[in-house]
Amino acid sequence: MSKIFRFHGGVYPPEEKLASQAGIQVAPLLEKYTVPLQMHIGAPAKSLVQKGQKVLRGQLLAEPGGYVSAAVHSPTSGVIKEYGSCLGVNGTQWPALIIESDGEDQNQEPMPPISDWQNTDPKILLKRIEDAGIVGKGGAAFPTHVKLSPPPDTPIDTLIINGVECEPGLSADHRLMLENPDQIIEGALIVAHILQAKNIYLGIEDNKQDTIELFREKTASTGAPQVYSLKVRYPQGAEKHLIYALTKRKVPRGGLPLNVGCVVQNVASIYAIYDAVVNGKPLYERVTTVTGNPVVNPGNWLLRIGSSYADALKLAGGLKEQPAKVISGGPMMGVSVYSLDIPVTKNCAGLLFLSRSQLSQFQSKACIHCGRCNDVCPMRLTPGMLGIQIENDRFDLAEAWNVLDCMECGCCAYICPAHRPLVQHMRRAKTEVIAKRQAAEAKKSS
Amino acid sequence: MKSGIASMTEPEIRLPDAEQLVVSSSPHFHCGNSVAKIMLLVILALLPACLVAVYYFGVAAFRVLTLCMLFCVGTEALCSKLMKRPLEINDFSALLTGLLLGMNLPPGTPSWICLVGSLIAIGIGKMAYGGMGQNPFNPALVGRVALLVSFPQAMNTWQIPGMDSVSGATPLQELGMLQQKALAGDSAELNEFLQNIPYGDYMLGNMGGSLGEACALALILGGIFLIVIRVVRWQIPVFMIATVAVCSTLAWLAKPDLCAPPQFHLLSGGLILGAFFMATDPVTSPMSRLGAILFAIGCGLIVCAIRFWGNYPEGISFAILVMNAMTPLLDKVTMRKPFGTQKKAVKNA
Repeated sequence: MSKIFRFHGGVYPPEEKLASQAGIQVAPLLEKYTVPLQMHIGAPAKSLVQKGQKVLRGQLLAEPGGYVSAAVHSPTSGVIKEYGSCLGVNGTQWPALIIESDGEDQNQEPMPPISDWQNTDPKILLKRIEDAGIVGKGGAAFPTHVKLSPPPDTPIDTLIINGVECEPGLSADHRLMLENPDQIIEGALIVAHILQAKNIYLGIEDNKQDTIELFREKTASTGAPQVYSLKVRYPQGAEKHLIYALTKRKVPRGGLPLNVGCVVQNVASIYAIYDAVVNGKPLYERVTTVTGNPVVNPGNWLLRIGSSYADALKLAGGLKEQPAKVISGGPMMGVSVYSLDIPVTKNCAGLLFLSRSQLSQFQSKACIHCGRCNDVCPMRLTPGMLGIQIENDRFDLAEAWNVLDCMECGCCAYICPAHRPLVQHMRRAKTEVIAKRQAAEAKKSS
Repeated sequence: MKSGIASMTEPEIRLPDAEQLVVSSSPHFHCGNSVAKIMLLVILALLPACLVAVYYFGVAAFRVLTLCMLFCVGTEALCSKLMKRPLEINDFSALLTGLLLGMNLPPGTPSWICLVGSLIAIGIGKMAYGGMGQNPFNPALVGRVALLVSFPQAMNTWQIPGMDSVSGATPLQELGMLQQKALAGDSAELNEFLQNIPYGDYMLGNMGGSLGEACALALILGGIFLIVIRVVRWQIPVFMIATVAVCSTLAWLAKPDLCAPPQFHLLSGGLILGAFFMATDPVTSPMSRLGAILFAIGCGLIVCAIRFWGNYPEGISFAILVMNAMTPLLDKVTMRKPFGTQKKAVKNA
């Protein structure tokens, strides 16, 4: 076991992992699924089906709309009721297919299983991952086949499996690892084969001792993947910081992990890759945590993509009390929503309900220059100064003080004694700076 | 997998009322700290030293401390009203400024001087710049220095603990006078002074000085408390005290018959109060750790320069105020490189 490196900054929010002991339950079939066509970064998928058409579970509903895009598959068998739109997690309307279940849940003939993946050309495996519509299930939903296709002149020697799950509240990845260790280990080996990576690391935060022990046991003879126990510290699961913790390599500013020979994959994505390659199953369901103090039975459910948040909450027995906030994702980087009509997407790791006592609503005050935000910023920025500059609309200064390096992890706003909305300021400045750069670019090219 | 459509419309399942949901930007958790909590903890850390001051100087000390707090909070309330700004005395920063101002005054300071000091500290030192967080200089020190240059007589009348009506000199003043004498040829008194320094009394506060300079032990305990609970960073007090220790050791080694030993410089005067409680004021000290270290070293050097060569026997206030002025510059020059900055420029492939 080699050394683990401590990244700069970070905070220790309460873990609140209420559902960590609740085994994954399979959600019953629903009457209706709303499947968005844009659940990933990149171009929206192009619908291949007509209104009124009968579809089967796992059938391709929409093909990738470009190289950086992802296919979408039907979560069950039924009829396409409508090609319409739905409310997205970001508050905008997303194009979506609404499927009425026929209750049969008939499976389409799966893609041919590739059990002998060791001797299969990585290109064929990549095609399978693309066909299965797999995206990064940890957060950004970046199409996985693109992430696993580094340029030929950039060799990848290290694959890192992200089992950190540093967001408070969430336990979907934890349960997935605990209940499917063999599948995840094989999935990791498949991805390592695709990348021709010689090192395979699995990073898990040490609040999941059971999982760490299980994987150490399972990998004792092979040593792949190498299991690393990481001290709990948010944001340990941030891609660049996980790479640093395990390899001491620093991803260059504005660069990608592949610039330092690494690829990071979330465990849920690894599991989906295993399913796609070995079982020929496309990605149409995922494990999602439904938790929070107001929830009757916090737990983890295997939900079909396109179930609504309300359906997920009903599975958890509904609410004991009116929540003050509903968050898609974790409390540090998740998005608070105002409706439960939003469908579960491929990257929806959890639904968190906060009670009124957990709500952090404050009158924000003037910066007292205490520097706590500097101390906790994992990107080594100066959030307090940036916040003041941005309040004064000095986006030029914010740009010079590296606002674009901000990854919006929320450590600064979490720690700020003056309750300043620093992440909100950063987002505003990043939008402004990027818009300005794009305008300059457009001017140059015209 | 269960087949068949589950009935999910049982009436007892409760869903949220969307009208009552709060929507806001992430993060949705907060650590629970606040400016008011920080200020209260600093006040708490100062309490032991205040109690010692009251023990030695009696009602006079209590009067000065309470009046300064009262006047400072009053000044802030008045200024907020005149400036038509929301009243923010509930962050307790004006209360802390008042306490620190009081601790920087001699025990017998007349009430009207307390009032003038408070008006200057909060009115000019803080509110004139726009209130909380906007002031470049430590308000309590602005008040103290304004009083020091305006009313030198009142500000240099030091009571000796236990002897109500007797006024004497602070150890630093005494050292300065004796050094002058020694330079003029009469070094007998200086020798005697240097050989009989009552460190135990200095440690416990049994000496002449302003209220807060008194008890080094109580101040150090309070300061360590603040460092342990992470209200102040250790860098500023440690580097400031270390700088003074190094400089005074060097001076003492060079001229042992003229200069006081380093422990004299550490325990006499306001160094401990300044290093733990005044220089660490977040608003007027650098935000970056490296900046804080440079700031503290600067404070230490200026303190020594004033004590060794200056006209004033004591230089903590001036040193901190000068370095306050340097704070924005220090923050700028010590700006960190973001995570992932390459040591050498990477060639664009």
